[in-house]
Amino acid sequence: MAVATKAKSQTAKQPTKLKPQKISGAEIVYRSLEREGVKYVFGHPGAILLTVLDLFLKRSKIKHLLIRHEQCAAHMAEGYARASGEVGVCLTTSGPGATNLITGITDAYMDSIPIVCFTGQVATSMVGNDAFQEADIVGMTRTITKHNYLVKSTDDLAETIQEAFYIARTGRPGPVLVDLPKDVLLGDGNYQLPEKVDLRGYKPTTKGHPRQIQRVAEAIEKSKQPLLYVGGGAIHAEAHSEIVKLAETAEIPVTYTLLGAGAFPSAHELSLGMLGMHGTAYANYATMECDLLIAVGARFDDRVTGKVSEFATRAKIIHIDIDPTAIGKNKKADIPVVGDARQVLVEVNKLIKPQTRPLWKKRIQNLRTEYPLTFDSPDGAPIKPQEAIVALSEEVGDKAIITTEVGQHQMWAAQFYNFTFPRQFISSGGLGTMGFGFPAAIGVALARPDKLAIDIAGDGSFQMVMQEIATAVQYEIPVKVFLLNNATLGMVRQWQDLFMDRRFSEVDFESSPDYVKLAEAFGASGRRIVDKEEIRPAIQEMINTPGPFILDVIVDPDELVFPMVPAGGATKDMIVRDSRKKILQGKLSALPDN
Amino acid sequence: MRQVYSILVNNHAGVLSHVAGLFTRRGYNIESIAAGPTEDTTITRIVIVAIGEENELHQIAKQLRKLYDVREVEQISYNQAVTRELVLATIKAPLSRRSEVIQLANAFGAQVINMTDDTVTLEASGNDHKVRTLLKAFEGYGISQMARTGMISLPYDGMPEDWEPIA
Ligand SMILES: Cc1cc2nc3c(=O)[nH]c(=O)nc-3n(C[C@H](O)[C@H](O)[C@H](O)COP(=O)(O)OP(=O)(O)OC[C@H]3O[C@@H](n4cnc5c(N)ncnc54)[C@H](O)[C@@H]3O)c2cc1C
Ligand SMILES: Cc1ncc(C[n+]2csc(CCOP(=O)(O)OP(=O)(O)O)c2C)c(N)n1
Ligand SMILES: [Mg+2]
Repeated sequence: MAVATKAKSQTAKQPTKLKPQKISGAEIVYRSLEREGVKYVFGHPGAILLTVLDLFLKRSKIKHLLIRHEQCAAHMAEGYARASGEVGVCLTTSGPGATNLITGITDAYMDSIPIVCFTGQVATSMVGNDAFQEADIVGMTRTITKHNYLVKSTDDLAETIQEAFYIARTGRPGPVLVDLPKDVLLGDGNYQLPEKVDLRGYKPTTKGHPRQIQRVAEAIEKSKQPLLYVGGGAIHAEAHSEIVKLAETAEIPVTYTLLGAGAFPSAHELSLGMLGMHGTAYANYATMECDLLIAVGARFDDRVTGKVSEFATRAKIIHIDIDPTAIGKNKKADIPVVGDARQVLVEVNKLIKPQTRPLWKKRIQNLRTEYPLTFDSPDGAPIKPQEAIVALSEEVGDKAIITTEVGQHQMWAAQFYNFTFPRQFISSGGLGTMGFGFPAAIGVALARPDKLAIDIAGDGSFQMVMQEIATAVQYEIPVKVFLLNNATLGMVRQWQDLFMDRRFSEVDFESSPDYVKLAEAFGASGRRIVDKEEIRPAIQEMINTPGPFILDVIVDPDELVFPMVPAGGATKDMIVRDSRKKILQGKLSALPDN
Repeated sequence: MRQVYSILVNNHAGVLSHVAGLFTRRGYNIESIAAGPTEDTTITRIVIVAIGEENELHQIAKQLRKLYDVREVEQISYNQAVTRELVLATIKAPLSRRSEVIQLANAFGAQVINMTDDTVTLEASGNDHKVRTLLKAFEGYGISQMARTGMISLPYDGMPEDWEPIA
């Protein structure tokens, strides 16, 4: 009867064959989760799920956590998946339980994160009748899932769940939803699985074409000014050591996207940090000057390219991506390579000869000194958010995994934290979901108990999800919230500052909670700081206090994120430094389009 | 029960997926679907054949009528409408059996549109019953490839309300 549940089975391609036996649908769900190596389920109950929930009481292999809001359950599953590379799982009831998941699922879809969401559904005979708490969640999530299922018979359940996990984790990862009608959970069915998952029409290519790999190696050898542009796909592929090897052997500077942060050490001498709208000036200028751009698991997002017709115009483009539809979507590739980033780079590295490029290196060095990433922190001024992040980075460094919310603080975290390993920086990139970071940090803490999960948060975002402090307290999950509190929706305010003559409409919070009292009300701890001298001692207090902790850092609301490529503008239009007065006098003629 | 729906819709992007969504929401498979322009270019006719419980099939018709872009929905029984489907099928027909296959094709009024040493490709059209019988007749030879358009249909014009077809 016992089913193999080695943690390894998460990645096992060939599931064990089991003799057919009639068991209840709920039992099939539980066994399937065990077989997939699931350790945590992030859920919120409803009457339809009673039979499944009962099993969590009787068994202990899988821990179900009671999450306070379903959106956060999905973000926790994402945080777990982003930190571990394994599939995150949530379980919610039908109707509102299911619809509350939608933002989280969309977030996972945009950033290619493997999660499987199980939703309860009304009985098959009632489906389509506007029954109590019925929502057509399969219809609603069709465009935000990699695939979804309405299970119609208990006999199909085991195989469907196996497929769901397989689809979520293979190829370009993504969310999969499995809708479970009440009668399918209550009824009995066969627990029967094929020896091997074999899906017609779904066969992701992982091995790069040898001819293309040859061309990549030749292009690198010929190039005088190559640049590696590393994205989230490099992290999914675990390609970091191959990237370091390629960069060092052929002396290629490296820039990364928001989602690629951590795939290459930020402080490496070849690292240029992040590129794009709020990337470093030297990374962005390097894209303008390079003659070869090697994109590894990155999708030429508009926050990276700005006006795409003016992006990297001098460069030949190599695009390595597992998803053929990502290649050539925004920018034409001269050398497309479809395949898994790690597998492709392993082959490329076999062909690469050591090279040095003293002139290019010198040029990059000059750009770096001419346009450094800096900020001012005059004596007596309020705490600058950037200096708070620098202090955090120096105090906790590689002991922490950082998540963020969405806004200015997110950009400063990407710019100023010193990342040293992959999956150390976890952020909502494609959807830009405020409220992502705190629940994600809870998932991270469970996935990586050896690290400290810290959410670098904005106050606006945190207010969207702060009920989850209760979850953290209940399960004694030691997440830390490093709250950069500017009492405003800083990122929107920044656009009003730059493009709307400082007319600050509907962004400032005239009322904010007392975050220390809030933490205490939930049974957690907190501290507020307003002086620069307090930053480091407070960080120490935060990491040394057991359990969840909110460090409320009161920061300057007038600070802006620079550099900035105005939306829709080209890289060359980048505003490098905070020369706000000049900008205001000159007034940007055209409003950005978003 | 099998049901043919003849649906007139505004020719807008996304209408087809809206219509199909009503079926999939109930977990019903659509057996065939055919869509194409009508005499009025702003209107498309979608013909869907679906299988389900009688009550449900009526309910779906009502829900279809509720959709903003749906102009008209008719639930059609076969003998009250002209229904046609086009089939292309490649039949395994080695030289020794070729004439047999062609003879059979003639009996159904099917046309030969391609021939190789061991296959014959046929084009046939007809109502549901004829298409089924034809495919059944060729099953024994082996059908190596097949494409069907799905049923299209028009109500008989000028039929009296109380007309009872002879079964
Ligand atoms: C306020 C805000 C500001 C932002 N500013 C910036 C900015 O300045 N700079 C910036 O970079 N981003 C910024 N972003 C994020 C941006 O919106 C995009 O999310 C991000 O740039 C996309 O990163 P990516 O190209 O690495 O793609 P991802 O979304 O991570 O896509 C990964 C790619 O890798 C592929 N892939 C997946 N698995 C594999 C594999 N095994 N092998 C090979 N390929 C694989 C996928 O098919 C996909 O094409 C910002 C977001 C917000 C919310
Ligand atoms: C759910 C959601 N609503 C609205 C937005 C638009 N938005 C982007 S950043 C931002 C402000 C974020 O404020 P805060 O969390 O305080 O961060 P700050 O910019 O102040 O650091 C808003 C409203 C969003 N990204 N997500
Ligand atoms: Mg704020």
